[in-house]
Amino acid sequence: MAALDQFEAKEGVDQETVDAVRDVSTYKYGWDTDIEMEYAPKGVNPDIVRLISGKNEEPEWMTEWRLQAFERWTGMKEPNWAMVSYPEIDFQDQYYYARPKSMETRPKSLDEVDPKLLATYEKLGIPLKEQMLLAGVEGAEDAPDEGRKVAVDAVFDSVSVGTTFQAELKKAGVIFCSISEAIREHPELVKKYLGTVVPASDNFYATLNSAVFSDGSFVYVPPGVRCPMELSTYFRINAENTGQFERTLIIADKGSYVSYLEGCTAPQRDTAQLHAAVVEIIIEEDAEVKYSTVQNWYPGDENGKGGIYNFVTKRADCRGDRAKVMWTQVETGSAVTWKYPSCILRGEESQGEFYSIAIANNMQQADTGTKMIHLGKNTKSRIVSKGISAGKAQNTYRGLVSMHPKAKNSRNYTQCDSLLIGDKCGAHTVPYIEVKNNSSRVEHEATTSKVDDDQLFYCRQRGMDEEEAVALVVNGFCKDVLQALPMEFAMEAQQLVAISLEGSVG
Amino acid sequence: MALPELKQSTTEARLASLSMPAGGCLEAARRAAISRVQATGLPDRRDEYWKYTRPDTLTVAEAPKAAVFDSGEEPMFDAFDRIKIVFVDGVFDAAASDDLALEGVSIERLADLAGKDIHWSKDIYGVLEARGQSPVERPLAALNTGYATDGVVIHVTGRPSKPINLVYRHQSDSSDAMLHHVVKVDSGAEATILENGPAASRFSHVMEIDIADTGTLHLVRAQGRDHELRNATHLFARLGRESVFKSFTLTVNGVLTRNEAVIEFLGDDAVAHVAGACVGDGDFHHDDTVFVTHDAVNCESRQVFKKVLRNGATGVFQGKILVKEGAQKTDGYQISQSLLLDDDSQFLAKPELEIYADDVACSHGSTSGAIDEDGLFYLRSRGVPEAEATDLMTLAFLAEAVEEIDSDDIAASINDRLYGWLARRR
Repeated sequence: MAALDQFEAKEGVDQETVDAVRDVSTYKYGWDTDIEMEYAPKGVNPDIVRLISGKNEEPEWMTEWRLQAFERWTGMKEPNWAMVSYPEIDFQDQYYYARPKSMETRPKSLDEVDPKLLATYEKLGIPLKEQMLLAGVEGAEDAPDEGRKVAVDAVFDSVSVGTTFQAELKKAGVIFCSISEAIREHPELVKKYLGTVVPASDNFYATLNSAVFSDGSFVYVPPGVRCPMELSTYFRINAENTGQFERTLIIADKGSYVSYLEGCTAPQRDTAQLHAAVVEIIIEEDAEVKYSTVQNWYPGDENGKGGIYNFVTKRADCRGDRAKVMWTQVETGSAVTWKYPSCILRGEESQGEFYSIAIANNMQQADTGTKMIHLGKNTKSRIVSKGISAGKAQNTYRGLVSMHPKAKNSRNYTQCDSLLIGDKCGAHTVPYIEVKNNSSRVEHEATTSKVDDDQLFYCRQRGMDEEEAVALVVNGFCKDVLQALPMEFAMEAQQLVAISLEGSVG
Repeated sequence: MALPELKQSTTEARLASLSMPAGGCLEAARRAAISRVQATGLPDRRDEYWKYTRPDTLTVAEAPKAAVFDSGEEPMFDAFDRIKIVFVDGVFDAAASDDLALEGVSIERLADLAGKDIHWSKDIYGVLEARGQSPVERPLAALNTGYATDGVVIHVTGRPSKPINLVYRHQSDSSDAMLHHVVKVDSGAEATILENGPAASRFSHVMEIDIADTGTLHLVRAQGRDHELRNATHLFARLGRESVFKSFTLTVNGVLTRNEAVIEFLGDDAVAHVAGACVGDGDFHHDDTVFVTHDAVNCESRQVFKKVLRNGATGVFQGKILVKEGAQKTDGYQISQSLLLDDDSQFLAKPELEIYADDVACSHGSTSGAIDEDGLFYLRSRGVPEAEATDLMTLAFLAEAVEEIDSDDIAASINDRLYGWLARRR
């Protein structure tokens, strides 16, 4: 894309167009912020675990919990069943803790905030008002809104740098803060729920996360409360050689509702970086949680150099009857993605939905899907997965639908479609289907095809260039999933789909 | 890498219980196969490829006993004009078999090859099986290549006037049979092979099929009704340009059946259909594992598998379509469906696609559920008694698989058997 830097606009082309072209042609969030950071020494060992725990001022039981997880992790092997390949990761050659130095003491006003940190938010597209809130400026909450309100928790490398609208949420009884704060302020809730959906010993990456997670978000919605605004977290890996291990815990108590958005970006670097997150969601009777992700970690360059290794464990437990969870994900970034947001449908008539778009271009590898574990009677699940492969990328859908003997009259519908753009990429489907009672119905469908020539021809004949035409067809292909996203996210995702496929045609 | 201890000891015990038929042109292939088994070990339940089926009773040194079952029925293909080749507990029975001479085909016993140093089958025996070991290991097939005591070697050179029928009789309750067949179909030739009968208490079966350009082979199998039977079968087929391979397998009963089919397209414009229907009751475990590799342009593959399960029966389907880079215009279709007649039965499936070419149309579908209430209601409202209506619905469900058989007569005889099974259980 170097050519674009010297790109001279022809006469008659306005500057806006020129900027727009520049804008879409590269990874937009590839810059890094030159900010003074504080690091823990490289590597992971009980001392580092204690250090992270100490930095977060955690109580003893939490430190102990982490140390136990670390102990288990040392005896575990990295999983190798996914259809991804990458050079061996040296887990001792990573920083497990990094935070902006200016965060050592919380800022009191905007002037005290490192201006570079503010600039980062701006580049990330976080609205000005929220920047003020994130920076903790007094009176910011009274500033006029532009459109719908979204509360934001921003996580910068290892620490949460600020959460907005906390006061307003508090009025409704909703707790939305960083997990480190929750461990300090609401230990009873954290103790009760942490590790109950994804146990500390769940899998290699989740166990590592349990030992070294540095921050993340915590949400508690009390019974009967409909969360007054959407909650959102921005994750940003900035420092080099840093692994980000965030932990999110969401609890929707009886009859409550919350919609949660997650966005991720990272700078462009030549060395691969590690990201191993855990998200746990607990949904009680009649409660509903919507969890939407736009994952746009740096994917590496076209030769596969650099990028984020994204190993994520996400799971929702529908504990109460009629509980409902909806996962929506748009996965466009990361060099390697290993991610299976799952639903445990324990309560009777509980529902799980999974909508996914996974786009892999250049040398990206994505192995993603979901697990729907039906345990309760009359439970329902729906899976819609759209995989798009371009360049030399490999894209795998891997999923499980399991109907236990007691899950009578349950229902699952799965649709996995793959689209191939170019003859050097791959699209794979690996579903597991386990049905152990006869009153349940399970249907699985999968198709693989290429972008339809007739559709392309039609678009081009209407004056579109080839890339635009492909983007339009692909957006049509993804429509089912895009519709499941909250409005603002859907717009962003749609643009992201087009950007991710840049350079894949012709 | 060293094998896990248990796997190592199971494998050693099994190998020690067998002796390799020595001599002849196949000895080198047998030795190579045995070293493959030694390298990989025999499967155990920790292997991903055996996730849903426990291989223990297939790998233990001594075959578990299985009572001989007298169905009282006329053997499956007796009404057809055919060449009959009989094996009793895995041993060729010359007296019960027909004369093996037929125009357009040459048929020999595998056991007779021990005395020959040169034979065409050397290019196929153990060769297709070895190709089928990657990307997934199939040690039971390699074990068979190493130790199979008998089988037939069929060379189809023209269009034989009648089908070749391999009949497997079960007479001893502790028999442990291993048969290995080689089938070569020449360019433009066409034949039908029928297989039926329970064969032995434990039966290991491998058939390697090499179809040259424009050749055609039809294969129809009925796996016998002995209740305690254990079966592990492998089909390895290699298809040349414009060739056609169609196989159908009927399974009724048996405590454990694992049918693997490994199909590879090497020539353009070829067609392969693999289909199976199974009806299982009670202590029944049936596993269809299919691996289709497209490595040529414009080939068509179809996998159609239907399972009817009741009283705690288990049905397994593991199917895969692999489309290699450059195998453009591939048409791959795969459907696996189960009809669970009661709440105790289960269906476990893993239908996979792995695709490295963009101009393809591949799809798979998998469903599981109870009998359609609306269909049942419709039939009953037309005066059909409930039991019969259920049978009709079940046959209709199985029909898509049975229709994969080209010959109407053979399809009709399969349907008769299915109807018989249902009627007996009303």
